Amino acid sequence: MGKIALRNVHKAFGATTIIPKINLEIEDGEFVVFVGPSGCGKSTLLRLIAGLEDTTSGNILIDGRDVTNEAPAKRKLAMVFQSYALYPHMTVAKNIAFPLKMAGEKRDIIEKKVQDAARVLNLSSYLDRRPGQLSGGQRQRVAIGRAIVRQPSAFLFDEPLSNLDAALRGTMRLEISELHQQLGTTMIYVTHDQVEAMTMADKIVVLNAGNVEQVGTPLELYRSPRNLFVAGFIGSPRMNLINGRPAEKLNATTIGVRPEHIVVSTTAGEWTGIVGVAEHLGADTFIHVNTDEAGTITVRTPGDVPVQHGDTVYLTPDATRIHRFGESGLAM
Amino acid sequence: MARAVTTRHRTIATVAAWIVALLIFFPILYTIITSFKSEAEAIQGFSLIPSGTIESYAEVEAQRGYFHFFLNSVILSVGSTVLALIIAVPAAWAMAFSPTRRTKDVLMWMLSTKMMPAVAVLFPIYLIFRNLGLLDSRIGITVMLMLINLPIVVWMLYTYFREIPGEILEAARMDGASLWGEIIYVLTPMAIPGIASTMLLNIILAWNEAFWTLRLTTANAAPLTAFISSFSSPEGLFWAKLSAASTLAIAPILIMGWFSQRQLVRGLTFGAVK
Repeated sequence: MGKIALRNVHKAFGATTIIPKINLEIEDGEFVVFVGPSGCGKSTLLRLIAGLEDTTSGNILIDGRDVTNEAPAKRKLAMVFQSYALYPHMTVAKNIAFPLKMAGEKRDIIEKKVQDAARVLNLSSYLDRRPGQLSGGQRQRVAIGRAIVRQPSAFLFDEPLSNLDAALRGTMRLEISELHQQLGTTMIYVTHDQVEAMTMADKIVVLNAGNVEQVGTPLELYRSPRNLFVAGFIGSPRMNLINGRPAEKLNATTIGVRPEHIVVSTTAGEWTGIVGVAEHLGADTFIHVNTDEAGTITVRTPGDVPVQHGDTVYLTPDATRIHRFGESGLAM
Repeated sequence: MARAVTTRHRTIATVAAWIVALLIFFPILYTIITSFKSEAEAIQGFSLIPSGTIESYAEVEAQRGYFHFFLNSVILSVGSTVLALIIAVPAAWAMAFSPTRRTKDVLMWMLSTKMMPAVAVLFPIYLIFRNLGLLDSRIGITVMLMLINLPIVVWMLYTYFREIPGEILEAARMDGASLWGEIIYVLTPMAIPGIASTMLLNIILAWNEAFWTLRLTTANAAPLTAFISSFSSPEGLFWAKLSAASTLAIAPILIMGWFSQRQLVRGLTFGAVK
């Protein structure tokens, strides 16, 4: 079981408030991603749940039990760190065995569990090596191995993929998702990369300056962002946020249109503009258009569109998919 | 052309390094040479060629008995080092991994005690030792040496511990390690190079310490520093015997230093170059 609840959790370092007051429910078996720009408090929140930081006030409950003042080890959580935090003086086998050794498990049980974890993570032939002799991806797997042997009630991941190169990141993302399906254990995953958040999460918690901006499934956040921050943060390329006349026409302060919800034409459309940069990705083309009415607009069109810098194009937003935001920045 | 310049530079640098090294080593070398001279030769004036006699060594040993002092030196330097490490490892751990606003001040204050002239506290410390019956006791002087070197030991360990990423210790905490588990299984093994060089340096410092060992010991707890100084008086100066005594006193630490020089250099420059 791994149901985690945060009740009015508040964290301050001296006079600086990092997390004003957070209430959050994480269901058993859920894959929850905390996402937000750097410095938004997402790592601090994870460390509060882990017990590596003390809460200033509020309570943290795991399966209904108040663990606010309990030591990290007592919370039955496992954590994978950004730097992997492997023990450099121990072999892979000893690294994975360490939590079991600390729990006072018998030697033959430790041996078996280490072998099992190594098999799941394709580490069997590296058990006698030291972390320094492994590649980044292998080290990441060892860190995950060390987490899974304890059969924790939840896994905490603190930006685990940010030290890997792009290709490996994709592979590891898939592996972690598969691991979640296999184990069915609650996972809390911190990242600043919204692509990771969108692809892995059952539920995304968008954080900004310590506040929860929105909680929802990836598609809920994509389809109905609650405010300007979420609208701008979720989705790649970013949503176009337009002030001025186009917004006024729709009785809003700001309107948002996702790049994929704009049609480009060389003959006619609602906004006229000149192509600044065209990024040809093969499957898609990202076109950055400087318009008079709406400022610089990014458009994503499928396939390879033959436009170049300096071309005049016409843009038409999909009227059914325009997001309207009021003066306070909230969706209308 | 460039290669010729670098080769010439390297030659000059090598020669300069040898000259500096010889200058630093010369007093020790001359002590060793003098120890193989007779007393008559020793007072004759500067000479690098001894007659090779070992009569000074024989006399030194016959007069004072080297082994007793040697044993005391070993007990005092190793004992004070072990004691210092037992206190300094947790202290440095606390300062490196849970620093407070005052940690830097505490470190500076500890170091400042090393800037105080020792003679300033000679009188009170002598009285404390006398009243506690610790004069000329191995336990007393071991504690004294430990206290003198403790600031340096804490500082060195603190610097090494700071190099260990905090996340690794947090990982240990998540993995269920207690405070002691964290120190014993994770921190200490990772800091072994640092602890080893701190240990070596402290042994050398304690071995060479002369101010307190000469004043707080007489016979029972007297180490090799007292052994040397006993040859400078009251019969007058006997250069050859003094040199033989000095050679005997520095030989063990010189040999230890030679074998551990790689460790020492690594330890002393640790953290200086990333």
